[in-house]
Amino acid sequence: MILTRRSALTTVAAASALPLIRPAVIPSARAQTPTIKIGVLNDQSGPYTNTGGATSVVCVKQALEDFGVSTKGMNVEVIAADHQNKPDLAVSIARQWFDRDGVDMLIDVPTSSVALALQSVVREKNKVYLNSGAASSALTGAQCSPNFIHWTYDTYMLAKSTGGAMVKAGGDSWYFLTADYAFGKQLQADTSAFVTASGGKVLGAAQYPFPGTTDFSSFLVQAQSSGAKVLGLANAGGDTVNSIKQAAEFGLNNSMKIAALLMFITDVHALGLDVAAGLNLTESFYWDLNERTRAFTKRVLPKTPNNYPNMDHAGCYSATLHYLKTVADMGAAEAKKDGVATVNRMKAMPVEDDCFGSSKIREDGRNMVTSYLFQVKKPSESKGPWDYYNLVATTPGDEAYRPLADGHCPIVKA
Amino acid sequence: MIMIFGIPGPLLFGQLLLGLINGAFYAMLSLGLAVIFGMLNIINFAHGALFMMGAFASWMLLDYAGIGYFPALILAPLLVGAFGIFLEKTIISRLYKLDHLYGLLLTFGLSLVIEGLFRNAYGSSGLPYRIPAILQGAFNLGFMYLPIYRGWVVVAALVVCISTWAIIEKTSLGATLRAATENAPLVQAFGVNVPRLITLTYGGGVALAAFAGVLAAPIYSVNPNMGTNFINTVFAVVVIGGMGSIMGSILTGFGLGVVEGLCKVFYPQASATVVFVVMVIVLLVRPRGLFGKAA
Repeated sequence: MILTRRSALTTVAAASALPLIRPAVIPSARAQTPTIKIGVLNDQSGPYTNTGGATSVVCVKQALEDFGVSTKGMNVEVIAADHQNKPDLAVSIARQWFDRDGVDMLIDVPTSSVALALQSVVREKNKVYLNSGAASSALTGAQCSPNFIHWTYDTYMLAKSTGGAMVKAGGDSWYFLTADYAFGKQLQADTSAFVTASGGKVLGAAQYPFPGTTDFSSFLVQAQSSGAKVLGLANAGGDTVNSIKQAAEFGLNNSMKIAALLMFITDVHALGLDVAAGLNLTESFYWDLNERTRAFTKRVLPKTPNNYPNMDHAGCYSATLHYLKTVADMGAAEAKKDGVATVNRMKAMPVEDDCFGSSKIREDGRNMVTSYLFQVKKPSESKGPWDYYNLVATTPGDEAYRPLADGHCPIVKA
Repeated sequence: MIMIFGIPGPLLFGQLLLGLINGAFYAMLSLGLAVIFGMLNIINFAHGALFMMGAFASWMLLDYAGIGYFPALILAPLLVGAFGIFLEKTIISRLYKLDHLYGLLLTFGLSLVIEGLFRNAYGSSGLPYRIPAILQGAFNLGFMYLPIYRGWVVVAALVVCISTWAIIEKTSLGATLRAATENAPLVQAFGVNVPRLITLTYGGGVALAAFAGVLAAPIYSVNPNMGTNFINTVFAVVVIGGMGSIMGSILTGFGLGVVEGLCKVFYPQASATVVFVVMVIVLLVRPRGLFGKAA
């Protein structure tokens, strides 16, 4: 029996390690110009499927359509793969894409541990790496790279917007519930810095194993007995949904305020408004923000009817569009040759699209998009499907992110 | 305040209680696995997916048919159990004569297919399912705040576990069942329809998983991955308890819930691993598991 079990575990491990590469080829128009290949690498089966997943691929393809690649005589292909939130798997897929499939640009890549692992591969192969889905601010700090742009948000911006708002509202003592990996720790560290800088205290933290934790009750009871005023959730996706649900069950929302430091509209949808109502959260995109975001949502929604775009998806669209503009500007052959040159050109050009309006990219690779603090609506205020947010505060791009000098990014010249 | 190992006493008691609650889920899931393994010799890797189907069935009953929690507690296990019987009849029954490994591979594949289909249809974020109004609220126990629903889970799990154990160990039906696994041809010679008995056993084990799924729906988000998160731990529970031992899996389920709960206080980072550490130790010392019979 032991032998059977052992071989069973090996089989399972082998099966789950199989990379599920699904090519989604867009027909090329003309053969003579070199083909630009875009690889969407994200979670397509695990806890972050709805925050990235197939909707990211849809948004990348929407950018191709809106840019009009076929009418401009460009050949662009999009392929996608599931990294299963495993850094080793992601690195081997990326190597295969660069070496065998001739991929020029890597996009989305949620899960900070995976995102960090890819920095060195992309740099070694001199390709372009546009990250929308991962949060860690280390990506433009100590771990920055000349081939990299961080598009949509980061842990510093979340900490400043959501954390700052909580402290301002009197939440001066915190207890953290933290996913025990690169992202959770960075988010906890960035938020703690804000809390202590404004005179608050961090009373404790429970770092739980990621992935695989579904029951947070022990940690919630510990948080409750710490006497802190704010419960900071330094986690994401399904973990955030479960912890908020269970916090309500244990009556934490009567004695503490909950700060969901990273929450997407897809998570609010999963929670339901009766549990989520009143939560503060930060995104840099909301489908119902203005005419342009509504127009964008109207274009992509038929292709992803059950999953409205969140800021990660919008970032994939915006980054791809800006990349295509740059490639058209410098020529496909030049863009294929040199990733650093392409990224430098992208940094030099102003960013402009329906999702984020206009922004600029800083030399450390930070795209300075506006961040918005939202409050989740009460069920009675919500008028239609996915009508979930009230806008509370707006932080312009040049104030939302960590000052350049504080990031200690080695490629930035002092 | 009493301090135990540097942790305030009340906090520790709270964690013990929470450990028991989680243990209730482990016990129910590993019980189904133990019944199926004990009677059919199939390592049912699809158990997690069937647990997830139980949760989804209760969500669907509410969302599509307006049927509430308590009827779902009966209906969802019946529906999912019927699905299990269909699986057993059409696919699993073909593997009884082969090595365990084939059954494991088949059920592992089935679980991937089932989860994939649900993920395709409902996404991965999960769906909301409310705690029924009558079980909302909480007791203040002095040392902690116990949600009524969690208390209900422990009671329901205990009732189900003990009645399953009683049916198998104490009734004539259970005796026939046990005899059939020992020597099927002989029992068949006495006029018992053994294949049907085995089919119903599989259905019963699956219904247990679905029942746990319905209990879990209001606590965890109802999502296609909810079974995968549990199944590895539950397998460890079955191995520690002794494959096929009914009482063993119930006691080990509750026991390991408590061990895990304590680990969450002292060193949370290891709480996902501690069960496997225990498994390694048990396998080294007692390879047949704590309650397993000698060969």
